[in-house]
Amino acid sequence: MTAARKRRLGWALSCLGVLYGWVLLAPVLAPYDVDDQDRGFPYAPPMALHFKHPQNGWQLRPWVYPLQPVPGTYDQYEVDRQRPTELHFWVLREDGRRPIITTASEATVSEAAVSEAAASEAAVSEAQAYEITPPEVKVHLLGTDGFGRDLFSRLLFAGRTSLLAGLLAALLSLALGTAVGAIAGYAGGWVDALLMRGCELLTALPWLYLLLAVRAFLPLDVAPEAALVGTLVLIACLGWAVPARLIRGAVASVRQRDFVRVAAGFGASHGALLWRHILPHVSGLIVVQLWLAVPRFILAEVTLSFLGLGMAEPYASLGTLLADGVRQQAFLTYPWLLSPALALILTILSYHQMANVHEQRARPIAL
Amino acid sequence: MTPAADPGHDGGPSASALGAMLGQRLLHGILLLLLLSLLSFALAELAPGDVVSQLELDPSVSRQTIDQLRARYALDRPWLERYGSWWRSLLRGDLGYSLSYHLPVRQLVLPRLCNTLVLTLSASLMAWFLALLLGGLAAWYRGGWIDRWVLTGNSVLLATPDLLLAVLALWLAARSGWFPLADLTSLDAPSWPLWRRLADRLWHLILPATTLALAVLPTLLAHVRRALVEASDAPFVEAARGHGVGEWRLFRRYALRSAANPLVTLLGFTLATLMSGSLIVEWILGWPGLGPLLLHAVLARDTHLVIAGALLSAAFLLLGNLLADLLLWHLDPRLRHPVPVGPRHRSP
Repeated sequence: MTAARKRRLGWALSCLGVLYGWVLLAPVLAPYDVDDQDRGFPYAPPMALHFKHPQNGWQLRPWVYPLQPVPGTYDQYEVDRQRPTELHFWVLREDGRRPIITTASEATVSEAAVSEAAASEAAVSEAQAYEITPPEVKVHLLGTDGFGRDLFSRLLFAGRTSLLAGLLAALLSLALGTAVGAIAGYAGGWVDALLMRGCELLTALPWLYLLLAVRAFLPLDVAPEAALVGTLVLIACLGWAVPARLIRGAVASVRQRDFVRVAAGFGASHGALLWRHILPHVSGLIVVQLWLAVPRFILAEVTLSFLGLGMAEPYASLGTLLADGVRQQAFLTYPWLLSPALALILTILSYHQMANVHEQRARPIAL
Repeated sequence: MTPAADPGHDGGPSASALGAMLGQRLLHGILLLLLLSLLSFALAELAPGDVVSQLELDPSVSRQTIDQLRARYALDRPWLERYGSWWRSLLRGDLGYSLSYHLPVRQLVLPRLCNTLVLTLSASLMAWFLALLLGGLAAWYRGGWIDRWVLTGNSVLLATPDLLLAVLALWLAARSGWFPLADLTSLDAPSWPLWRRLADRLWHLILPATTLALAVLPTLLAHVRRALVEASDAPFVEAARGHGVGEWRLFRRYALRSAANPLVTLLGFTLATLMSGSLIVEWILGWPGLGPLLLHAVLARDTHLVIAGALLSAAFLLLGNLLADLLLWHLDPRLRHPVPVGPRHRSP
């Protein structure tokens, strides 16, 4: 493997690691719950992080200015410069969560945080210290949506749905595709013909039309959990045809190789031939197919959810977040609603890089 | 395949081989459509609820009315019987009746299908033009800065889903006001002279078509570049260059021609991507094509409309693949005069 390719692999792997790590820990890390609404703060813009304190000068710990809704408007905010609020990372909060980021006014439990908060309070001018305790300051790194829900938290939860659903669906469909492809390529004859006609049936339709047509006949009003599982299984069941065709071709060609014939001559059973001798030679192809399939399936789930046929409220998927942003063209006025798009692109790009690196490595083995 | 059994071997482009191929393709296609329609009818039967079931939730609609409606729409008959009558009417050119729009499906679907065709074809042309241009440049200046930029841009474009491309197009249109959004023509177009109406059509088409073209471009571009790189490495291109054939002629007559085979096969494959992509683009950019219609039909449980949409798109895809095969037949002499290939011997 060349150095450049190794570097690319490293980048892609660490990107995927960070993305999946964050979304897997979403319930712990997210500052707020997925459906925590704050009706007083619809469409609040992202908060800027500041590092230069008005009194203390530069400091490492960032802080934010809280937002105040402008009276008489719906979505206008002004920055409250009187109350700079420091941010804390990974401190235990009252609700038992240890969010990735929280404000000093919310972080109460940990002792270090308390002493730090006291220290920062001492720094604030006396006049402010005697004021009545102001309302809790919330931190919205990516702003809020129309219901005042924190977009950053929702992004973490939505990413969990989409990224995991895509991965699971890809694994499921690839297992199915490998089984079908291996059997068809190994058995040949009418079994092969029958299975491949089945594949053609699935690939004869544009997949989105197929997805919609099958989704048409599934119930529309189901529990969100059932909707997720249903979407996942549906995507997986419709997606195995493409890898199955490729794997069938590779298996059929490996099957003719001399070492396989020798093994067969020595009396290896069909199962042993497939498992011990043929499939290891196809494994490179399967890995590449996996890296290619996951982004496709992530996209399939996102698209279905975007069209309103996948995940349902209050749960979030990247698709529903995007649909929220596009609805009534809200993203024109509140561009931060499109931040899920960046997460989606980053994920897909990482997967494509993985596929790219593995494809170059697997080519001499696969065929 | 032994030489004796090869029909194309005994000299001349054999019309019989072409006929056999066409016949097989057609038979396959028809079987496929049959199976698809059967499957969709069976699925519709298995699914809970139908077009009337929304009414059941309404307490002011009596049980009798619902039963009457079911009887009127023949929803109370066994599904095989309905399937049979659907086929009988299909043979008469009737695609059924949409119960949610209260219109014949054909009247609903045909103009939509035309719009989708216009969109996909123009996007396809644009994408192929760009792919050949950029892919050709990248392959010819392999390793240079053009190549690097094209490849980088391509991998970013590849990772941008068509959904986001359409949203970006929407953003561009709304922000700049250069492009009209939604629908085919301007409101007062009917009173305009012909040339202006045409220009208006084109103006409405540009944004959706470009979006769709950008959605399929990356796959095409990658394939074009790879095919051209492989072709320009081939010994016969080296030989021609040694004979002093000019670079442009080398590219056009030698490299491009030998790269045509995989590219034309790709043409058939991209149709599927185009159709799927067009559904999204139509939905977001408000182009009145088949996609939004199908989506409405899905939400309204309009069985006939869903089946017609699915079957038409499948038929369109099959037709596209068939055309690609014919084109390949015309372009690639190796198909018309196949060289007999014996069993491969690896060792004596």
